[in-house]
Amino acid sequence: MTTESHPVPVLEVHDLVRHYRLPRESLFAEPGHVYALNGVTFEIQKGKSFGIVGESGCGKSTLARNVMALEDTDSGSVKILGKEVIGLSFDQLRPLRRHFQMVFQDPYGSLDPHHNVGRIVAEPLAALGAISKAERESRVSTVLQSVGLKPQDVSKYPHEFSGGQRQRIAIARALITHPELIVADEPVSALDVSVQAQVLNLLKDLQDEFGVTYMFISHDLAVVEYLCDEVAVMYLGEIVEKGQTADLFSTPAHPYTRILLDAVPKPGSGRKRERIKLEGNVTGQTERRMGCAFQDRCPMAKDICHKVKPPLNSVGEAHLAACHFSDEVMQKAKSATL
Amino acid sequence: MSLLNINNLSVILETNKGPARAVRNLSFRLEKGETLGIVGESGCGKSMAALALMGLLPERSKTEGQIKLDGQNLLEKDDQEMCQIRGNRLAMIFQEPMTSLNPVHTVGNQIMEPLRLHRNMSESDAKVETLRLLDRVGIPNPQARFDNYPHQLSGGQRQRVMIAIALSCQPDVLIADEPTTALDVTIQDQILDLIQTLVREEGMSLILISHDLGVISENTDNILVMYGGAAVETGKTEQIFDELIHPYTQGLFAAMPKLGRAKNRRLVTIPGTVPDLISMPMGCTFTDRCPLATEVCQNTPPPVVEVKSKHFVACHHLDEARDRKTEELFS
Amino acid sequence: MSEDQSLTFFSRCLRSRSFMVGGLMTAFLLVCAAISLFWTPGSAYDITITNRFLPPSAAHWLGTDQFGRDIASMLMTGTQNSIVVAVVAVSIGLSIGVSLGLLAAAKRGWTEEIIMRLSDFSFAFPAILSAIMLTAILGPGGVNSILAIGLYNIPVFARLTRGTANSIWTREFVMAARASGKGRFRITFEHVLPNILSIIIVQATILFAIAILAEAALSYLGLGTQPPEPSWGRMLNEAQTLMFLDPMQAVYPGLAIAIAVFGLNLLGDGLRDVLDPRLSRKR
Repeated sequence: MTTESHPVPVLEVHDLVRHYRLPRESLFAEPGHVYALNGVTFEIQKGKSFGIVGESGCGKSTLARNVMALEDTDSGSVKILGKEVIGLSFDQLRPLRRHFQMVFQDPYGSLDPHHNVGRIVAEPLAALGAISKAERESRVSTVLQSVGLKPQDVSKYPHEFSGGQRQRIAIARALITHPELIVADEPVSALDVSVQAQVLNLLKDLQDEFGVTYMFISHDLAVVEYLCDEVAVMYLGEIVEKGQTADLFSTPAHPYTRILLDAVPKPGSGRKRERIKLEGNVTGQTERRMGCAFQDRCPMAKDICHKVKPPLNSVGEAHLAACHFSDEVMQKAKSATL
Repeated sequence: MSLLNINNLSVILETNKGPARAVRNLSFRLEKGETLGIVGESGCGKSMAALALMGLLPERSKTEGQIKLDGQNLLEKDDQEMCQIRGNRLAMIFQEPMTSLNPVHTVGNQIMEPLRLHRNMSESDAKVETLRLLDRVGIPNPQARFDNYPHQLSGGQRQRVMIAIALSCQPDVLIADEPTTALDVTIQDQILDLIQTLVREEGMSLILISHDLGVISENTDNILVMYGGAAVETGKTEQIFDELIHPYTQGLFAAMPKLGRAKNRRLVTIPGTVPDLISMPMGCTFTDRCPLATEVCQNTPPPVVEVKSKHFVACHHLDEARDRKTEELFS
Repeated sequence: MSEDQSLTFFSRCLRSRSFMVGGLMTAFLLVCAAISLFWTPGSAYDITITNRFLPPSAAHWLGTDQFGRDIASMLMTGTQNSIVVAVVAVSIGLSIGVSLGLLAAAKRGWTEEIIMRLSDFSFAFPAILSAIMLTAILGPGGVNSILAIGLYNIPVFARLTRGTANSIWTREFVMAARASGKGRFRITFEHVLPNILSIIIVQATILFAIAILAEAALSYLGLGTQPPEPSWGRMLNEAQTLMFLDPMQAVYPGLAIAIAVFGLNLLGDGLRDVLDPRLSRKR
């Protein structure tokens, strides 16, 4: 692997599809489906942070669960360090689990209230097989220190900690096996602003220290911009735009990205901020149709958008967008910044 | 005379560990048509202050001070009178529209109820008015939505229904407690826009409570920053964002990731965590996390100083706080 | 988190009035049963016709019945009987029911369907009827009544366990455990069971009361404990014909049953307050 010029990406996701069956409304009705993921493809290189943004219902949490192999996938491939995980049984996956760990959104729900911190943090070590008690204890205390907690905290219970500290415990748990990849599903959105900054800085420091790779899911674009090297924007189970964070945020090529960026309120900007407003809600998770996923809400939608699905085309260096009019959108962004 | 005049309001919650001062000596005014933003983190007392205004505090709590609406002190009113005031003069919308709507009644009935109760409308009048309100808050096809149950609506639409209920009795003051926190950014944009338009057109006053400085900045005339139950800085919105003075306000602003900032600049963090209301210092509530704190901060409540016209800051070390840059303040 | 959690277990016990009262009543019964193992004021078995219908006295605290047996002694010995039946019956229900419930929640799918439909099926029969049916098939007697009551308890525990366990399975900490590579079996014992234990304990306490009542009912019908073993239910049955002659004979076992059922129910309520303060707040 070392001799290759292109190192193996930490995570490769190819054409991932996941549809949930809805319960039948009546005995004779065809069951409906929620089209949560409709062919998602991306890869993350070692030591990078990959952000996934989108509104609720765009499939980003489903993506996280599928990458973590926590539920069945309909089709597609997920390779972690070049090894396929889709199709492996739970037992076959276990030895691999040390390479990818997860941090959850809710620091109150993701820690078992009946376990003490030592036990919570040591949980992923189960995947390593038998290790000595001394080794376990030393690893727990090291990892607690690296997330800014005290080794003495091992015997305390989650309810003795604040939200930010709990999230540190959750991060310590994810780190203890020295994973290459950490999937973080909205890890700071339940935290207060001042605490959120602490956790974001911590995530950054840990990346510098351990070279860990993040797949970072968030609805908060500012947080993603702060932490991530690359970003993918999802809408209705598809990636509609992907690129380097700086490129994508300065010259978005998809109208949805543009609108998302504009919708973020900016402190100190006052009331008179020009922006395109988005009408309506995310709809259409339960139907499949022709054309662009964003056609219903797009302010620029034309006939072709209802008929032809735009492919994810290159619009710049490592910058992809799925829009028939991406040139136009980028042109607008460029002229606005001049 | 101001429409709403809050004077030295304190809210004390009885807990098993002892009394917690959720709001301490809060004073502010709200003029007719004004929009005031209350900003702060969890446990800063912003929601408790709002509930005190509405007379909806939890049972084991005590209030001190005055809440004057048109010169009448609301804290002296009994339950019955407060009920009248809540419907007709003050209205509130909450963060989670799913739990504030009753799942077993149609949205139409839930809007009609206050109309019949407070405005004594007949069934048919109330229905007409309900449809008008649904249309007013931007719900497409009100006729069809009238018979929907809350779970059949999206999060944004439920919040619109909540706003319609709040509007139903033409209140003088609308209190919105984190109205968009549970919503996506694009929907947040729509809802805030709607609230702005309604407030302007109906001539209501608005108290907008949020943890998000961005939301507050774009939607209010004046700001009140709270920490640990106390107001630390108040003033005109533009003025405050022009010059943030109180160390907490500075830290809060700097800690927020902002779009368009260089990726590689570290976020400024305020050390420590949001404090426990029970073990709060006697003096300035921010003492434990403040880089400028000295002994005087611990024991004496800071004086409220008017640094510019209508821009008040409560800090013992005002000059130092103004001179230092945020980055060096919290490094 | 609720501030109640910071209080120690012990001080929460003291704060709950129903826990204290229920606990005392239950403890009283346990003490009676324990003492009766090696001492009773009179004899619960010896039939001395000459001593029949004696009024309460120093020798016979609550008097004697129509066979001259000491009522106080019979009540005390009967307590043993009730407790044994209840403990064994609830244990049967608890062990099998909880296991089935945990299995259903862990496996989902067809396993869950089968287990739940089976327990629905057994719910369709009134408890006491199915107990009568069972003893009719197996023949009357103490062991069979225990079995009948125990079988009835299985679906009660299975349903409760499966429902609460399902809600734990949806929590993020379970997801985190799965992401750590833990299998369903380990998660069940390390995360699910500890989190639902308090609810199961409360339910078990209340089912104790129901089991005591059921045992009394079966014995009353002559399907439970057989003579000469004293039993509250049979004492009631025997006293029935003497209602006008000596009404107190029916009152004593009735009171004993009432104390046991009431005490255990109070204890169950109290335990809920003590073990899970969040539940009690809402009441």
